[in-house]
Amino acid sequence: MNLPDSIQSLINALERMPGIGPKSASRLAFYLLRAPDDLSLSLALALTELKTKTAFCQECFNITDAGRDRCDVCESRKRDGAVVCIVEESLDVLALERTGAFNGKYHVLQGVLNPIEGIGPDDLKIKQLVARVAKGEIKEVILATNPSMEGDATALYLQGQLKPYGVHVTRLARGLPMGGDLEYADQNTLQRALSGRQDM
Amino acid sequence: MPDSFRSVRVDAVVLRHSDYGEADRLLSLYTRQLGKIRAIAKGVRKLTSRKAGHVEPFTYARLQLSKGSGNGLLILTQAETVDAYLPIRDDLVLTAHAAYILELLDRFTYDDETENATLFRLLTDTLSRLASKSDPWLVSRYYEIRLLDQLGFRPQLVECANCRRDIKAEDQFFSFTAGGAVCPSCGTGLPSSIPISMDALKYLRHFQRSAYTLALHARPEQKIQSEVESLMQRYFTYLLERDLNTPGFLKRVK
Repeated sequence: MNLPDSIQSLINALERMPGIGPKSASRLAFYLLRAPDDLSLSLALALTELKTKTAFCQECFNITDAGRDRCDVCESRKRDGAVVCIVEESLDVLALERTGAFNGKYHVLQGVLNPIEGIGPDDLKIKQLVARVAKGEIKEVILATNPSMEGDATALYLQGQLKPYGVHVTRLARGLPMGGDLEYADQNTLQRALSGRQDM
Repeated sequence: MPDSFRSVRVDAVVLRHSDYGEADRLLSLYTRQLGKIRAIAKGVRKLTSRKAGHVEPFTYARLQLSKGSGNGLLILTQAETVDAYLPIRDDLVLTAHAAYILELLDRFTYDDETENATLFRLLTDTLSRLASKSDPWLVSRYYEIRLLDQLGFRPQLVECANCRRDIKAEDQFFSFTAGGAVCPSCGTGLPSSIPISMDALKYLRHFQRSAYTLALHARPEQKIQSEVESLMQRYFTYLLERDLNTPGFLKRVK
């Protein structure tokens, strides 16, 4: 039996989402078919607005509302423009904002260097960061890329790029996670946890 | 790979990883016991994962894998680092070299081939050499020649790969199709052959016949280094019929 085109095309589109296979896609499509109209309508509206009503902040490249050059954080006068935290993705900004412990500004690289996949410096917002730092208002750059091979490579590259500007470059501390277990820690983490130990 | 086992212990180097599902990663591993395989590492993107640090790319680890029900994918159950090659991680140029070494092996091997302990040993030896701050140019070139040996692409460097006459001490050609050095009289007409200087050829021959401890002392000048490097990369592109990702990255970060 062939499904009506409208259902089939929805299934095809859903299948292209990460982590969704043909079975999940059909299930979602049929769920939407039976669900109250307002669900599919609000979903359709949200999807069309997703691209049209968002833009990237031209300063930090975080996601913001369409028609604006700068995001809330960049515009805010309460935020300290001398400290900039470098993150891989917009979601990392969200995580840092939730802590409420950071009062500086951000720079979203929109990715991470990946030597194995061939993602180089030109694929990220690195030039824009260097241009920001070159203006001279930034005193400290906090490298908050993920503690992974790719994140470390990115941090090392940025450190080299920012050196000529004499800006203070720091990296988020690495160590044992809350609820972790010393016995299972890898060499890398444990070594850095030891060298970064603090007075009590 | 035998179908009978439910759980297996392997020595593995993590070639690459990609995000999978909510907090999992799909690992591509080169193992001593099973050759190249893939396995799912569940939950390693969570901050409290006990396995995450042991399965980063370039890490040499002892892993326990078990066969999942249903799709038959291998699932990582335990991981313990043998060597994390930390000096590589702290140096961007070494990271790029290590990525090149992994990419070459990854491109030339296929999932679920038979095991090749020599290749595994070559990989771990090469990563150790990089981590011990040996000249990365030399480590990479030596690895390339040894890798070609193991894969059955050993270039013919002693006699002309076309007319079989001995190579004389003069500038020659290198032919990708013939798989080795060709003498000037054969090389001029041969398609896909490029000139190679006597010095560059000398180093390739040296790496091909010498143990690493001897090759280690080679100190070619910068011009010869670039010549050998670009020749090898063009040869790999020819053999693989595609460009490699890592040489471009290496060039950018040097």
